[in-house]
Amino acid sequence: MIRRLLLRVVAHLDGPLMAMLALLLLVSVATVFSASGENVGRVIDHLVNMSVALTAMLLISHVPPQRLMQFAPPAYVLGLLLLLAVALFGIVVNGSRRWLDLGITRIQPSELMRLAVPMMLAWYLQCKQEILNWRHFAVAFALLAAPLAFIAEQPDLGTTLLIGASGFYVLFLGGLSWKVIGGFAVAAGAALPLAWNTLLHDYQRQRVLTLIDPASDPLGAGYHIIQSTIAVGSGGVVGKGWMAGTQTHLDFLPERTTDFIFAVFSEEFGLIGNLFLLLLYAVIIWRGLWLAASAPSLFGRLLSGAIMFTFFTYAFVNMGMVSGILPVVGVPLPLVSYGGTSMLTVLLGFGIVMSAAKHKKLVKT
Amino acid sequence: MSSLRLINPELEFLRYRRRMEIAGVGAALLFLLLFGRFVWLQLVQYDHYQSLAENNRISLLPAPPTRGVIYDRQNMVLAQNFSAHTLEITPSETGEKLDAVIDRLAEIVEIEPGDRKRFRKMLAESKNFESIPIRNLLTEEEAARFAVNRYRFPGVEVSARQFRQYPMGPGFAHVVGYIGRIGEKDKTRLEEEGLYANYKGSDHIGKLGIEARYERWLHGRTGIEKVETDSGGHAVRLLSRTEPVAGYNIYLHLDARLQQVAERVFGDYRGALVALDPRNGAVLALMSKPGFDPNLFVDGIDTLTWRELNDSPDRPLINRALRAIYPPGSTIKPFMGLAGLELGLRRPGDSIVDAGYFSLPGSSHRYRDWKKEGHGVVDLKKSIAQSCDTYYYQLAHQMGIERMADFLGKFGFGARTGVDLDGELAGLMPTPTWKQKRFKQPWWPGETVIAGIGQGYMLATPMQLAMATMALANGGVLYQPQLIRAWREPISGRVAYAAPRRVGEIPLKPAHLAVIRQAMIEVMLPGGTAARSGAGAPYGIGGKTGTSQVIGIKQGARYDEKRIAARHRDHALFVAFAPAEAPTIVVAVMVENGGSGSGTAAPIARKVLDYWLLGKLPTVYEPEEPADAPIPEEAEDSGRAEADVVVAIPAEDLTQ
Repeated sequence: MIRRLLLRVVAHLDGPLMAMLALLLLVSVATVFSASGENVGRVIDHLVNMSVALTAMLLISHVPPQRLMQFAPPAYVLGLLLLLAVALFGIVVNGSRRWLDLGITRIQPSELMRLAVPMMLAWYLQCKQEILNWRHFAVAFALLAAPLAFIAEQPDLGTTLLIGASGFYVLFLGGLSWKVIGGFAVAAGAALPLAWNTLLHDYQRQRVLTLIDPASDPLGAGYHIIQSTIAVGSGGVVGKGWMAGTQTHLDFLPERTTDFIFAVFSEEFGLIGNLFLLLLYAVIIWRGLWLAASAPSLFGRLLSGAIMFTFFTYAFVNMGMVSGILPVVGVPLPLVSYGGTSMLTVLLGFGIVMSAAKHKKLVKT
Repeated sequence: MSSLRLINPELEFLRYRRRMEIAGVGAALLFLLLFGRFVWLQLVQYDHYQSLAENNRISLLPAPPTRGVIYDRQNMVLAQNFSAHTLEITPSETGEKLDAVIDRLAEIVEIEPGDRKRFRKMLAESKNFESIPIRNLLTEEEAARFAVNRYRFPGVEVSARQFRQYPMGPGFAHVVGYIGRIGEKDKTRLEEEGLYANYKGSDHIGKLGIEARYERWLHGRTGIEKVETDSGGHAVRLLSRTEPVAGYNIYLHLDARLQQVAERVFGDYRGALVALDPRNGAVLALMSKPGFDPNLFVDGIDTLTWRELNDSPDRPLINRALRAIYPPGSTIKPFMGLAGLELGLRRPGDSIVDAGYFSLPGSSHRYRDWKKEGHGVVDLKKSIAQSCDTYYYQLAHQMGIERMADFLGKFGFGARTGVDLDGELAGLMPTPTWKQKRFKQPWWPGETVIAGIGQGYMLATPMQLAMATMALANGGVLYQPQLIRAWREPISGRVAYAAPRRVGEIPLKPAHLAVIRQAMIEVMLPGGTAARSGAGAPYGIGGKTGTSQVIGIKQGARYDEKRIAARHRDHALFVAFAPAEAPTIVVAVMVENGGSGSGTAAPIARKVLDYWLLGKLPTVYEPEEPADAPIPEEAEDSGRAEADVVVAIPAEDLTQ
């Protein structure tokens, strides 16, 4: 009886994917414990965040894609309105206007857009599925560009790029013409110098410059990259051992439990650990893509595919940043970094992917 | 692509799959790129990053050794250490302007302008994360007061430091010397010698005297603390520690009380006194007056005091025992007499008739004796006892300057004695070759004549006079004057003794030497020039007075002491050995502007000899309580006592 109930609860979850996610979360708990300096309180917080996110994932896995689809336009519009509100009334933290103070709590509307934007685009392409032509892609572009403009203006380069990427994945998987992609690539390349001078803020430019030559500013912007690269490199092949990373435990690594947690992992578990982590991510993504491809609706396929590639992008950008091949943008390592919002967004995404794949009967095309 | 087309799910799905595959391959390639980066960092560059991480993690902190203590021959302390609290600021950690911090500190402990000045100076020389003392020698009360207010001063701490102290005062400054802050020059020298690493934790280095000469032994070996530090530079735990090894304690031949006696009996006179043991060259006293307080130099002397010392006409910073070079005057006569005997120019009984002057053949110029009417019939003994000039004018003329320089050179004139202190001058033993080179002039016969009585170009230091007299006293053996007597190794507790350094033996006929020594004894007896100073001595003294002219006296004029300003008076000289039969001490005294050797220098020497041989303290001398110094056997654990093995090590090893 209970068993059947339980089976019903998890009916829309994918066994192999859940197993791999569990493994990744286990890695996360162990690494956060070490990174926080054996701070049990921090680990408990982390577990609470995880439970909340897993529950949310479980709940959303029961929502059929077509129901989800109905939420896409309102969510998108709400998000856009909130972004407008941020631009008008938002509070400034660390030089960026990203937060909206609701009196009882602060919210960061751009987080909502991480899912709302790909949902909106997938919804739009699904709606126009039968008559899809370049004009619809143009509209889709506009739908993507509007929130990005707001977020870029905050400024929040990392989120802009990542939401932009998720939107792009929807369009790409939806069949965006190669010519347009090529055209955009050329245009972007041409616009890069212009963007460098006008769109980017000083500190953003500095981050990129620092990436090229971290030693130019060893105590300032370069410090993060230098120390995290040392942590990764000094991990060697087998690592220094769990809880034994000197860069971590002697306070040389900044943002150890959040954006730079990969350096902790890398220092303590070495190249072998990194290979394991890369493979784990790869297998999770592969399984996620497989689920995405098996989704019956175009909306489900596009959204799931975009979510998985965005997940990949997060992982790649974070590890690339920590190991010193990408500039420092505030991107956490998905499902490993401490932090409730990121955990929630990513696991909700996985819930959607599984839901889209498992709700078959009710979908008509 | 048409705007209206058939829905072909199959086709559309295939396109989706293809797009997904393309993106999937792209993602896989990017992951591969990441993996390549990891291989590069963790495998290829591992050693590099490993060492960077270790550098991050491990700091080597120097643990400075305790400097060796310097004792005199009676184990009286000449230089010692004591521990005291200092208030130190680590500039990088204060979090506010240093001046503001110091101003606030000044409300709690006394901080004088001099302290601030020194702090500024050291700040300029230091690295940012070093702590720099703002106040030395905090009182207990001040330390306690700061402790209460500590929370208000991040980056300020009280720490215990070792200080050097010289308890014996100005009379010992030239011998014992002092340590001072390590300056740029010291640093360069240490780096060249490859010793700088050993000074990582040290602030001071020997600058003068024994402190400088035996620096390597006194300093000790710096220990190393290997500590793990966090990113803030705070030590998290001690990984390993190499204990510092204290410097060697050094025991000198010098007798502090004898030195003090010499200092007192000089009174207000300037000058120098050197006392040697003729049996081994041990330096019993080495005094230069005036002295200065060496304690002033330890933590950086202030400009005003420095200028005062440096510009003083009394020149207290000059070690006169080694650097005052004056014509030796009549103190040269015993050596000249000996030369006459040894070269076969005179026999002991040969006499001259002294009419009060000497003239070179074919010249009317009169070289005057100090006694206007002359000494009458003068043999060798009388020539020394009464210091007859005419005898030596003649002898010198006969001997010639070359032979004279050759013979006197054997006694060490014109060469450094090699005493174990730095900065010694060689004096001058003139020769025609030297004069040609120096003045591009030939040697005149008259210059030989006055050289016979130790005037003219010849120059000697008090130390040289003492060393030469030592050879008369011990039968012709030259020992290098040596201050160091023994040293104690801190680990084994072994005391090793410095062997005497015999640097030469002058082949002399004992009979000739006996004549000279007898003549010098007669100097101190009634009829001799220093009879007054010899009177009533229960032991035999051999001596010789001398005066060294400060200004030239015109032909025909007479030297009138009263009419001449104090600074233009002649320098008084006296050399002596005692007891005459088997000398255990040789003394050379030089009193600047003292007038005559017999009047000022000889009485000083007599008092010094009386103290040394009879233990008789001069009336002006008030003995000090002996410093609380452990004697070597008691200084260490009792278990170490039997380790005190006498090892004779040549003293030159000491300075290497």
